[in-house]
Amino acid sequence: MKMTPKWLMALAIIAIAGAAYAAEPITTLRSTAPDQESPAPRISNFEDTDQKRPRNYPEQPPTIPHDIEGYQIDKNANKCLSCHARSRTGESGAPMVSITHFMDRDGQFLAAVSPRRYFCTQCHVSQRQVEPLVGNSFVDIDALLPNNSTRIAE
Amino acid sequence: MFDLLKRYWKVLNSPSVHFSLAFLTLGGFVAGVIFWGGFNTALEATNTEKFCISCHEMRDNVFAELKSTIHYSNRSGVRATCPDCHVPHEWTDKIARKMQASKEVWGKIFGTIRTRDKFVEKRLELAQHEWARLKANNSLECRNCHSAESMDITRQSPRAVEAHEKFLFTGEKTCIDCHKGIAHHLPDMSGVPEWQ
Repeated sequence: MKMTPKWLMALAIIAIAGAAYAAEPITTLRSTAPDQESPAPRISNFEDTDQKRPRNYPEQPPTIPHDIEGYQIDKNANKCLSCHARSRTGESGAPMVSITHFMDRDGQFLAAVSPRRYFCTQCHVSQRQVEPLVGNSFVDIDALLPNNSTRIAE
Repeated sequence: MFDLLKRYWKVLNSPSVHFSLAFLTLGGFVAGVIFWGGFNTALEATNTEKFCISCHEMRDNVFAELKSTIHYSNRSGVRATCPDCHVPHEWTDKIARKMQASKEVWGKIFGTIRTRDKFVEKRLELAQHEWARLKANNSLECRNCHSAESMDITRQSPRAVEAHEKFLFTGEKTCIDCHKGIAHHLPDMSGVPEWQ
């Protein structure tokens, strides 16, 4: 094989890239090697402030602002509905399950929460005070739109 | 028959010939102590968690469910055992409950809830007995540990404060009215008031 300048250049690029790659350790979510047991992260408590959190986008299922430890949601019973059901809100003072949850998939309104909306925690989740493992660059639409409009105006 | 009774009555009614008064008095006293002590020891033996979970009906169903709840596992390590909640602590009430429990012995012998399916089928009825009992005695077994006087609502979550101020302190509701299914799984609640 003849060492042409083209070949030398290619080798040089690979060498530099390799060095840069080796210098920076690969970051993973795992703190130890895959074949070793890593220490479990600390379990934190549910946020239990009872303060309504604003939604990040209009369609977002509202997050649960209270502790739901041990709440039973299965075919036997639904602990959430013992406060959030229409008939229970008077006594509990809890917000009623949204009317959209009474609709079946054909858009017909039922007398009570539709079976497909029965499992609350499928969409609604309580929150814990933890550092996110992965960063998030989500931008609120209100933060995004003014920029857009100014750009259009320009 | 009547003659027989009359004969025994005569024996019991006539003074002792061979035994001294002191022997009979002290002997009666000692026998009484042994009987009473034995009775209470046996009673307490049946009032332990170990006794309850010696039957598979309790061990595999309700006790297994209790284990993941706060009444079994929590930060301070204080825990409730079966009789803490299910048997009254006062002696007379305890005896009354223990007499009722003879029905449970019957159930054990004839295998009323011998299998998981049988237990699940009967679960609502069994739960309703307990709810009715706690409702009737104003959740006494809850209050043996959780007294309203010692409840510092400033250390509770806002939601709990509101509910306790509105319903517990006014006496409008008792613990079990809201806190169902906290130590065991709930049965099929369809038809139970206030549940969906």
